[in-house]
Amino acid sequence: MDTTRTLFLPPGGSTVAPEVDALFNFLVYVAIAFFVLIMTMVIVFAVRYRRRGPQVLTPGISHNTALEMTWITIPLILVGIVFVWGFRGYLKQSVVPKDALEVRVTGQKWFWSFAYPEGATSINELVVPAGKPIKLLLSSQDVIHSFYVPDFRIKRDALPNRYTITWFEAPRPGNHHLFCAEYCGTKHSAMIGTVRVVSDREYQQWLESTSASGTGMSAVDFGAKLYVSKTCNSCHSNDGRAMNGPTFRNLYGHDVEMTGGGRVIVDENYLRESILDPRAKVVAGYQPIMPTFQGLIKTHEMDALIAYIKSLSPTKEDDGQPAPRP
Amino acid sequence: MDNQPPVHSYLREPSGLKSWLLTRDHKRIGVLYLIGIMTAFVIGGVLALMIRLELLRPGPTLFTPDTYNKIFTLHGAVMIFLFIIPSIPAALGNFVLPLLIGAKDVAFPRLNLASWYIYVVGTVVALYSIFAGAVDTGWTFYTPYSTQSTTTVTAMTLGAFILGFSSILTGLNFIVTVHKLRAPGMTWFRMPLMVWALYATAVIQILATPVLGITLVLLILERLFGIGIFDPAMGGDPVLYQHFFWFYSHPAVYIMILPGMGIISELISTFSRKTIFGYRFIAFSSVAIALLGFLVWGHHMFVSGQSELASMVFSALTFLVAIPSGIKIFNWLATMYKGQISFTTPMLYALSFLCTFTVGGLTGIFLGTLSVDVHLHDTYFVVAHFHYVMVGGTVMALLGGVHYWWPKMFGRMYSEFWGRIAAIIIFVGFNLTFFPQFVLGSQGMPRRYFDYIPEYHSLHATSTVGSWVMTIGFLIMAAYLIRSFSHGAIPGDNPWGSLSLEWTTTSPPPTENFAVTPQITHGPYDYDQMTAASTLARHGTGAR
Ligand code: HEM
Ligand SMILES: [Cu+2]
Repeated sequence: MDTTRTLFLPPGGSTVAPEVDALFNFLVYVAIAFFVLIMTMVIVFAVRYRRRGPQVLTPGISHNTALEMTWITIPLILVGIVFVWGFRGYLKQSVVPKDALEVRVTGQKWFWSFAYPEGATSINELVVPAGKPIKLLLSSQDVIHSFYVPDFRIKRDALPNRYTITWFEAPRPGNHHLFCAEYCGTKHSAMIGTVRVVSDREYQQWLESTSASGTGMSAVDFGAKLYVSKTCNSCHSNDGRAMNGPTFRNLYGHDVEMTGGGRVIVDENYLRESILDPRAKVVAGYQPIMPTFQGLIKTHEMDALIAYIKSLSPTKEDDGQPAPRP
Repeated sequence: MDNQPPVHSYLREPSGLKSWLLTRDHKRIGVLYLIGIMTAFVIGGVLALMIRLELLRPGPTLFTPDTYNKIFTLHGAVMIFLFIIPSIPAALGNFVLPLLIGAKDVAFPRLNLASWYIYVVGTVVALYSIFAGAVDTGWTFYTPYSTQSTTTVTAMTLGAFILGFSSILTGLNFIVTVHKLRAPGMTWFRMPLMVWALYATAVIQILATPVLGITLVLLILERLFGIGIFDPAMGGDPVLYQHFFWFYSHPAVYIMILPGMGIISELISTFSRKTIFGYRFIAFSSVAIALLGFLVWGHHMFVSGQSELASMVFSALTFLVAIPSGIKIFNWLATMYKGQISFTTPMLYALSFLCTFTVGGLTGIFLGTLSVDVHLHDTYFVVAHFHYVMVGGTVMALLGGVHYWWPKMFGRMYSEFWGRIAAIIIFVGFNLTFFPQFVLGSQGMPRRYFDYIPEYHSLHATSTVGSWVMTIGFLIMAAYLIRSFSHGAIPGDNPWGSLSLEWTTTSPPPTENFAVTPQITHGPYDYDQMTAASTLARHGTGAR
């Protein structure tokens, strides 16, 4: 697969890039042609008709229908071509091939997290196999972000209230910059990551090592790792601070008040339900904004997370003890 | 030509600060606006230099990210709401509109003064937000960022809301003025194209600004009371805000550029001493652009998740609106053909405009093209594009207009030598600043970035150097314009030999503009029939 390289664009790294680049190049040539034509006329007229003497009358040319029709028709035809060409490319960028591998992308102040079908997750690094279409299901945890990989010529906003979709297929292994393109605050310009395109075999290996069940780790340690990699930590602190959601510190075993009245004692089943169906019971004073993790968390991961949350409630001597930090 | 400034000048009679602050004279109000927008331009310009200094090299240079975010937000908000929207219509337009149509004043002089005071109040409220901590949302105030931001968003949007009224009232005033106050014989097709441009602009000001007003009120209510229009946590839709915002803000780009195009028509015709080519096309296309400009807002939202069908329609309409703007360039070129072109300072700005606005328009085509915009959206390419249109278009036209009408406004001439030097330096500095940004954006550099990857360094550094070259040009300009008040030559009534009406009265004009109500017997561009010397003798033949 060869890419069209232009003076301006970075080397293309996706299957849609050649089409976008060809149109971009066409536009550059058309723009240069018009610019040169117009500037030549400005300069030639400016020199040829420069004022030489005192005032005299000039020819009263008020219009010229043939000329005007020409300079209306030619640009119209050109933009017609460009419009159709651009729309076709846009459809290609928008319509996901059927067999695409689906990755959930979550934008959040100020990092990207990725959830793969096999249950693996990663942060700020999207790992994908070369030569396979990848469907990205985007959403945001807070403000609007925008998923932008210049080499792939794709960009899509990630919204807090619904999914948006884009896709790409990278034919060759390699690394590509990932930027946030919608202004999102303090670390907007640091919200950058990498798309690592690898061979199929490497991808399988990576998946295994990442989604590995935490073999060799205690359930609490594995839970602590998941607490970060599944981005629980973006809304739940482990040290008693209230964030968008209640803290995990001293949560287990205590009773909490629900929105709409009623109290619940936090036990394993309540925790499980809250992770899989967060809106079933909402703690008083919080918005029902937590996304469901149904399908994103495997049984043994659930166990580990619950073990971790339990470890944050040292039932008897709970005061003064520093919270474990992942 | 007399060698003394005329005794009965609007500048001198009546005198005293109070007479200025309570004036109902459109010329004085124009000058007051000019002071206002120049102040805003200086503030916005200093902020721009700060942005460019921070981006001189990757990594933190001068500021923290939060400070940087506030600086670019204020730069955008000040330049858009305080400077460029009121610039040509309210400052120059106020001064020249009645003169161009042979009227004594605008239709509602008190309302005119009121709109200046509203401008001042809005400006003070907006600037207050800077001292109260400053806003960090970007001038577009996108939700839900803006509803969650803890910065002074409420004060800034309230300022913009108030400024909107000033804009609406000016538009209203101009429309009535054009309909009702044209001098006898000033038919619609004898109006200078600047008047058509101001008229079309006024239509947009009246129709679009209320939408922005409502949007900003909803944003303020959302922040204060959490009414849940835009906040998804409460069932609102943040993208709805973008539709509202661009429904005003795309037409607003025509509020910025149409009056600039009006000035360019005047300058090219006057300094080529040539009948304007395609008068009716330019006149009607201004109005058509003003109306069609309401239907293209979605081209700011191609990657926002809006439907593909909507994107397709917006892309098609964008191209249709772009065509008339492009064709105006050819009309101006045809106007220069077989003319007698002189390279005065105002004409140098008009020629700069032909170059830079062409680039701005051509790169707009890239952005209107769906698949290409997906790559370029929200990158430095967009930053470069709109600066080529707003600075390379509107500001170049504004500077041309200021230099053109300066002798009429103040009865003094600036140094032509330094005027040309500054125009050339500004042109070079402008291109040095913004052209590299097209390349940066094509390579993927997103906008509103405090920091960037090292690959982008040399282009950013070039751009920062350009910003200082431009600054030198502006400083020279400030120096010779200020000096002209005391040392400038007395220009006479019609230093450029123009045929339009404002040059038939004294420089500066008396309060009532014309000693006797002018009778219009010819068009403003009849250079094929008469020279300026013969106008005074009223040798016009009438029909154009
Ligand atoms: C030749 C006519 C024009 C065309 C075809 C055009 C096209 C576009 C398009 C498609 C965009 C969206 C780009 C994007 O966000 O990815 C855009 C952005 C912009 N344009 Fe234009 N435009 C034109 C004239 C103007 C004028 C006259 C002005 C102002 C005086 C202007 C100012 C802007 C601004 C400020 C933005 C940036 C919006 C933002 O993202 O914050 N444009 N233009
Ligand atoms: Cu972001």
